Amino acid sequence: MFDDSSIIVGLEIGTSKVCAVLGERSADGALNIIGLGQSRSRGVRKGEIADPTQAEEDIRNAIVEAEQMADVEIRNVYLGVTGGHIRGFNNRGVHPVVSADREISEDDVQDVIKNAKAINLPTENNVVHAIRQHFFVDGQDGVTNPVGMLGSRLEVDVHVVHGHTNRLQNAIRVVKGLQLEVDEIVFNGLASSLALLTSEQKELGALVIDIGGGTTDYVVYAGGVIRHTGVLAVGGDHISNDLAYGLKVPLSRAEKLKLEHGSALMDEKIRGQTVTITNELGLPLKSINVEHLQRIMSLRLEEVFQLVAQDLEQAGLYNYLRAGVFLCGGCARVPQIAGLAEQVLQMPVSLGQTNSISGLKSALDQPEFVTAIGLVKFGAFKTRKREGKPSLAQEIKGTLRRFLQRS
Amino acid sequence: MKTKTEPPPATLEPATMPVAKIFGVGSAGVALLETVNREEFAGAGFVAVNTDATSLAGSTVALKIHLETKLLRGLGTGGDPERGRAIAEEQFATLKTACDGADVIFIVAGLGGGAGSGITPVLARAAKQTGALVLAFVTLPFACEGNRRQQQAQQSLDQLKSIADGVICLPCQKTFKLIDENTSVLDTFRITGKLLLEGVRGVWQLLTRPGLIQIHFDDLCALLRNRHSESAFAAVEASGPARSREVVEKLINHPLLDEGRVLAESDAVLVSVMGGKDLTMAEVGRVMEQINRHCERAQIIMGAVVDEAMKTLLSVTVIAAKQNGPAPAVELLAAAGPDSEEPTAARGPGRATTRCAPAGPALSPEQREQILARHGGGRGRKVVARMRQAQLPLAIISKGRFDKSEPTIHKGEDLDIPTYIRRGVALN
Repeated sequence: MFDDSSIIVGLEIGTSKVCAVLGERSADGALNIIGLGQSRSRGVRKGEIADPTQAEEDIRNAIVEAEQMADVEIRNVYLGVTGGHIRGFNNRGVHPVVSADREISEDDVQDVIKNAKAINLPTENNVVHAIRQHFFVDGQDGVTNPVGMLGSRLEVDVHVVHGHTNRLQNAIRVVKGLQLEVDEIVFNGLASSLALLTSEQKELGALVIDIGGGTTDYVVYAGGVIRHTGVLAVGGDHISNDLAYGLKVPLSRAEKLKLEHGSALMDEKIRGQTVTITNELGLPLKSINVEHLQRIMSLRLEEVFQLVAQDLEQAGLYNYLRAGVFLCGGCARVPQIAGLAEQVLQMPVSLGQTNSISGLKSALDQPEFVTAIGLVKFGAFKTRKREGKPSLAQEIKGTLRRFLQRS
Repeated sequence: MKTKTEPPPATLEPATMPVAKIFGVGSAGVALLETVNREEFAGAGFVAVNTDATSLAGSTVALKIHLETKLLRGLGTGGDPERGRAIAEEQFATLKTACDGADVIFIVAGLGGGAGSGITPVLARAAKQTGALVLAFVTLPFACEGNRRQQQAQQSLDQLKSIADGVICLPCQKTFKLIDENTSVLDTFRITGKLLLEGVRGVWQLLTRPGLIQIHFDDLCALLRNRHSESAFAAVEASGPARSREVVEKLINHPLLDEGRVLAESDAVLVSVMGGKDLTMAEVGRVMEQINRHCERAQIIMGAVVDEAMKTLLSVTVIAAKQNGPAPAVELLAAAGPDSEEPTAARGPGRATTRCAPAGPALSPEQREQILARHGGGRGRKVVARMRQAQLPLAIISKGRFDKSEPTIHKGEDLDIPTYIRRGVALN
């Protein structure tokens, strides 16, 4: 019933859950979410697959659920990747304009981008994204399209996100094992920022922090382009683990306590308060000091924000974030987390909301789904680019033919 | 109120300022005085004390006291503290007159040699008898200087602790953590000297600079007087937008504070936050909050100082005093309480002296006994404290569910270990 090419699937294999989101691109280019499937993840640690068999099962469950909901068959997915091995940096490519009249041509632009993407990476690493930033013509900053301009020296900055090849391949292999094609891999932080930020916010400068179960991914936009990305392999799992250790309770219990009594800022009222945990028969097992619980949590989250802040300072981007900070990921649900982030980062912080997507709006506007929705959005951008306006392969062929005949 | 209406760079009128004298004792002390930036210590008197004529001849200090007897024939003490002490006792009256009229006396010396180790305790006693607050800033020798010098230094330090109100001791060996392999000998000595003087300067600035939150001489007295403790100090600086955070981080990792362990052990901490005109209360608050967290047991006295010359720099000086014997905690609190809430009272030197005087004169023979009594006891206690600390790193911290996964190492820190443990925050 649906035209297959207009269906876009985002698959995020997270540490706490696997999530597949189905989007449909309507004729006018608007994106509509038509399906969602999720499953508890058991084979992933710190954003990377630790147990392929279990991960495969979880992915299958999520995909099947999404398929049933939207009544389509999924063949291709955009796969989100993350992990402590992923790094981002900026690289500049230089190209001398050699034509006699010094006019910059399309070829020059292609060449300079190619130069910028030629990066010395360790052999075991692979580029995930190379995202174009601004052009410089003879040192003049902020040129977005230099074709037709005059100049002798063309430069371009690209932001390169790269990761360990084998570890990226692990996730791809598991997905391929389910007879699914991976259209492209996308860095989770990038996907989240796509889902949350409007172009105005990107222009003003914004920081998106996605604190998930196993990792914290962050992306900085300034002047409309991505300026910085980073991953910290610390997430909600760490909070639970800290609690389990500090309060001397089993991990599952710590997880529950975190959800029930957790807070990012210590509540004054809570001082000295305790809760009693009971076993399955309702008998009291132990009493837990809520103050300790919140202190342990608060310290961990504070540290995460501090590490992000340090990284941004080193990158010199602290003063570019005029639109503020946006939080997403499961940990964005922690009460008062925006307040804590504001304290540490010293700028306005809000919980991100996915915008410009229609569909199962209320069900989807949850911080955990931001990445998966972003993946769909990424896919939509890509297919739009690939297909051009007519969105039919034959028409492209037609234009190609015409082009060839003319030259 | 007068201070507030004045423009910030002007120092306080001498009448409201405690009179300070800085003594350099022994060759090291005299040499250190030479490196002092005199302008920073405007209003302080400098005195050089030594047995060695050549060392004194090279000094530009106004007042020099050459301790000399026929016994030495113009030579030094020959590294024998007994001789140093003998001469100092002989000239006790001279030393005492030199100390007269001061409210605070800083003694800068390198312990381990003859003059430094021998004279310093006697000088401290002389100073104490004039009723001044005595703060000694001393270095202990490098390990490579040999056992004997170490012992002499330790002995002298123990004596000093029982006499002076506060001893800030910098074991030179610890500076190895601050320097790298290729640092030259000269640089090493310069760094040690600088560190020591930073301590003097820190205290000095506390007392003299107009503050957002001023530390008064009385506060310092209350914190240190009769505590006879060994204090640790650290001065750190940082600039940039996140300077408050950076400063605390540097402080916690400061080798002289044993990675923050000293803070946790100390029970009286004096913090001075100094910045340029752009120093905000929020920054002060942030720094203090972090420090408070690290020394929950301690009584904290804080000051914030604005100095235009600092520009965007933020500097924090911390002096942490450990309890070393039965300090009258209640009395101390009582003394500190009303004072700190008394912002405008003019504090002439006269008043300060009367306030602080009674501790003085008659004590010296008793103190002698104390020295002997303390000798064993003090050390024993110290060892116990160290043992308790040493157990901390031995405790195996289970990483729970991350035990088998790749550790998350960020700048040498294992982030899988709970934050509260790494930061040393105690529950309960």
